[in-house]
Amino acid sequence: MPVEILEDGRKRIRAPLSDEDVRQLAAGDVVLVSGVVYAARDAAHKRMIELLDAGEPLPFDPAGQIIYYVGPTPEKPGHVIGSAGPTTASRMDRYTPRLLELGLKGMIGKGGRGPAVREALKRHTAVYMAALGGGGALAALQIRGQRVIAFEDLGPEAVRELEVEDLPVWVVNDCEGRDYYEQAVAPWRRDEALPEGLRLGARG
Amino acid sequence: MGQVREVDAAEITRAVRELCIEINYKVPEDMVAAIRRAREKEESPIGRQILDLLIRNQELAAEGEYPYCQDTGYTVVFIDVGQDVHITGADLSDAIDEGVRQGYREGFLRTSIVADPIFERRNTLDNTPAFVHTRIVPGDQIRIQVDAKGGGSENKGRHAMLKPSDGIEGVREFVLRTVAEAGPDACPPGIIGVGVGGNFEYAAILAKRALMRKVGQPHPDPRVAAFEAELFEQCNALGIGPQSLGGTQTVLAVHVETMATHIASLPVAVNIECHAHRTGTRVI
Repeated sequence: MPVEILEDGRKRIRAPLSDEDVRQLAAGDVVLVSGVVYAARDAAHKRMIELLDAGEPLPFDPAGQIIYYVGPTPEKPGHVIGSAGPTTASRMDRYTPRLLELGLKGMIGKGGRGPAVREALKRHTAVYMAALGGGGALAALQIRGQRVIAFEDLGPEAVRELEVEDLPVWVVNDCEGRDYYEQAVAPWRRDEALPEGLRLGARG
Repeated sequence: MGQVREVDAAEITRAVRELCIEINYKVPEDMVAAIRRAREKEESPIGRQILDLLIRNQELAAEGEYPYCQDTGYTVVFIDVGQDVHITGADLSDAIDEGVRQGYREGFLRTSIVADPIFERRNTLDNTPAFVHTRIVPGDQIRIQVDAKGGGSENKGRHAMLKPSDGIEGVREFVLRTVAEAGPDACPPGIIGVGVGGNFEYAAILAKRALMRKVGQPHPDPRVAAFEAELFEQCNALGIGPQSLGGTQTVLAVHVETMATHIASLPVAVNIECHAHRTGTRVI
């Protein structure tokens, strides 16, 4: 079952995901990701879009899959991978709608997404999730296997197939346009302590 | 005038190599303490959970198997060379880069530097070149501070040439706006380095130097220290919190450095450091 609801309310997912699976994931949900995810970040995205422009196949079929924005450190002897936390997702915004058109269902990174990606998530029924930014050592413990499948010359930016087990993430942008960061920060903001120009009411 | 002291460049290489490895696995003690202080003060339950995870991440990294963060950084080197030192055996910049090369290979650290920014963007595969700031100072010692600076938080830095009439309120607003816009992308809670004064380029270097101070150590000028304390309160009033999931601990410290400037200018630069603050110093 691609989406499993645990007793404590967390959800466990495993790709490939369908539209129906994605609809069960709401902003703020804590999700454990298991199974295969594809590691790809800046340079790999640029090349994948160039392949599409040239009419050539991608290193993997994105339909139903999850991309993890990560460039791991080299593995020490005896380990499957080095540190492997997420990188900033918004740098991939320029490339993301193309991949969503091809059926990509999930992305894991850190930080916010721009309006074009949020719209595309709604249009294509997909989800953006954040892992613990800067928690690279902890993330490594949830990764069971890695295999470079394309662009080896990019070193840390090569495309990898990763086998993960219960990698904890939270849903930031769901397929209904919600943004967890906005929801989570608002109650803690103390506008009265800020200069007038920064108060939310004053922002143009 | 002092005697000239000869220092073999290999000693510089060794210091840089050791520091690169050490700092990427073992977060400095002042940073460990700062995260623990934030954990005690954080009012948001999710924020406390995140800070607990960061403490576990520190402990796990310190065991030496996995670096604290997969982004093992730009290698930034601040080197103060005593004017009575004569470096022998290699060029200073080659000696530093060789230390980076060895440290990143032997330490299983990620190589994150591309050789040119706009054409091939080919990874140099050894994390060189280092980004080096050299000063010639009195004395016969060499002080080397290495910083592994993450790219995600670096990207959120901002620079502005304000008008003198903008004054302290203009600086305040610029700092707060920069922290607000960085939001989750800069991996809060971190340190905010602010450089005010100098000229176009000095403001940015001051901001970076501000990050090299012990975390939370106030500026010696009480007026600057008071401004730091206000900025600290106000950054935290933004409510961003750990990982931008809401909370009272958005920043661990704000450090401001100032210097002389032109009658026409008020340069300001903000350099953001994430919670993966990794720096260390050696004196030769």
